[in-house]
Amino acid sequence: MADEYKDVWVYIEHKDGATTPMSYELLGAGKMLADALGSQVCAFAIAENTDEIAKEAGAYGAAKVYAVDGSTFKTFRPDAFAKAGAALAGKFKPDIILFRSTTQGQDLSAAMAAQLDVGLGADAINLEIDAGTKAMKLTRAAFGGNFLAAYMNTKSKPQMATVRPKVFPMPAKDASKSAEVVKEAFSVAEDDIRTKVLQFMQSAVAVNLVEADVIVSGGRGTGSDEGFGVLKALADTLGGALGASRAAVDSGWIPYEHQVGQTGRTVKPKIYIACGISGAIQHLAGMRTSDCIVAINKDADAPIFKIASFGIVGDYKQVVPKLIEEFKKKLTK
Amino acid sequence: MKIVVCIKQVPDTEAEVKWDLTKGTLNREGMDSITNPFDEFALEEALLTKEKYDGEIIAITMGPDKAVDVLRNALALGVDAVHHIKDPALIGSDTLATSYALAKAIEKIGGVDVVFCGKQATDGNTGSVAPELASKLGFSQLTYVGKVDEIDAANKKIKVQRSIEGGLEVVEAKLPAVVSVLKGINEPRLPNLMGIRKAAKVAIPELDCDAIGAAKDKVGATGAHGKVVELTTPPPRTAGEMLKGEVDEIVSMLSDKLLDLKVIK
Repeated sequence: MADEYKDVWVYIEHKDGATTPMSYELLGAGKMLADALGSQVCAFAIAENTDEIAKEAGAYGAAKVYAVDGSTFKTFRPDAFAKAGAALAGKFKPDIILFRSTTQGQDLSAAMAAQLDVGLGADAINLEIDAGTKAMKLTRAAFGGNFLAAYMNTKSKPQMATVRPKVFPMPAKDASKSAEVVKEAFSVAEDDIRTKVLQFMQSAVAVNLVEADVIVSGGRGTGSDEGFGVLKALADTLGGALGASRAAVDSGWIPYEHQVGQTGRTVKPKIYIACGISGAIQHLAGMRTSDCIVAINKDADAPIFKIASFGIVGDYKQVVPKLIEEFKKKLTK
Repeated sequence: MKIVVCIKQVPDTEAEVKWDLTKGTLNREGMDSITNPFDEFALEEALLTKEKYDGEIIAITMGPDKAVDVLRNALALGVDAVHHIKDPALIGSDTLATSYALAKAIEKIGGVDVVFCGKQATDGNTGSVAPELASKLGFSQLTYVGKVDEIDAANKKIKVQRSIEGGLEVVEAKLPAVVSVLKGINEPRLPNLMGIRKAAKVAIPELDCDAIGAAKDKVGATGAHGKVVELTTPPPRTAGEMLKGEVDEIVSMLSDKLLDLKVIK
């Protein structure tokens, strides 16, 4: 079985045909795995028109791009995309397929895994090739980040995994490089597609929590919804996103979409500024792998200080406005 | 309308987790367990759906003896029937094997319009079972649902709002559908004393692999394709530097340190 399956595939997600550089981020991790296996990293894309995606994927390092084009694939729909993806994978037999653990990546990977009848590793924070079996070994957080579990599928191929965004560095872009494009015809009748997207309502929140480099987050100690106004001003100054602990969300000061932690989002920004967050394990589970953690809390014994890169014992109401001023001053220089 | 709600028993998020590495399974002995927090929202959504449109709710769980607790809780809240899917062969199931077994059980129940699930479980955190289940059943796959706008069982249609990156997607789908819900879609009710008393007396029906028509080589450790091969504790993150002094000094120090990271532009 093993010999038949080769190459590492990376799914390139898009929104109605549009991609961002982050859509291509896993071509870096894919290349690393392909190098360890002596195979190639390839992209696969399903869209109304994949030409632009194929060009970009080549520039980000894909050796080949497997593509399905069709007007039914304009907007992501899990059943239609999974049928096309499973057909591609069934025909060309990749060894490994990677998806970002975004809503689209999770939806598609799970539906494809079910159709191909193979295992699925979810939300990897590390990927490597096991020296003995040549299988992909992925590491993921389990039980609220209290454990790291290493997972392997040695029973079936392709080996599939979703990968937490921002864990791997972006691959270098070289516009002079291009990929060989393999277009595969595949169609699904509109009647056979079970879902229809009627409308997309853009959120008022400008910055996506999962993809933000900087997150300013507030907890119970924020004290009110006005408090979040101050934190938002800091987030805006730093070009970051606004986060919250469960306590703050449950108090009704900020909507759930901002929640970081075990029952919210798991994030890994470069800088995480926790204001008035004591650091319950459920919150730490969602942000402990951030590169730099700043904690501002009145209580010197708050557990958040045990994992903070920089700690300030004090009231965020005094510290944050001055911090905004200071950054504004220094950033204009 | 026939509604199924899938619920899972998970270790209490405060509890110490024990893992049996040789078997690759969770050692649930002596561990406090709760209904998966996300499934409470699924259960409430099922109850609200029944109240709005009328219908029948069947709650199912897959797990060891102890998992009856989550079904009793569901009964106390007012579901009409429960099934405990239990078989030694199911031990060690991964998401593929779990979704297969649940799909078999749902096919066995038959005539189901909507299956509600929580977004993910707080133990495994994969979020894969609901979409895999939809795909196996051939039902509409509606994940990350923050609001159910309308269910029209007569015309076999459902309209929901999905919370995805950057905004809300309004989706219309054919019934039957698997709907996995987010926290905050509703406010789960608590059972009352009478409900708890009534639920305590109900005999919980058990379904094994034969009863649901599941092939034993497709479930449990045999049917699982993925396996946890190593379990480690993450490297401890140590405390860094406490910044002390007057607020102005601290703020100046902190801004310099953060600007040095070359992240903020």
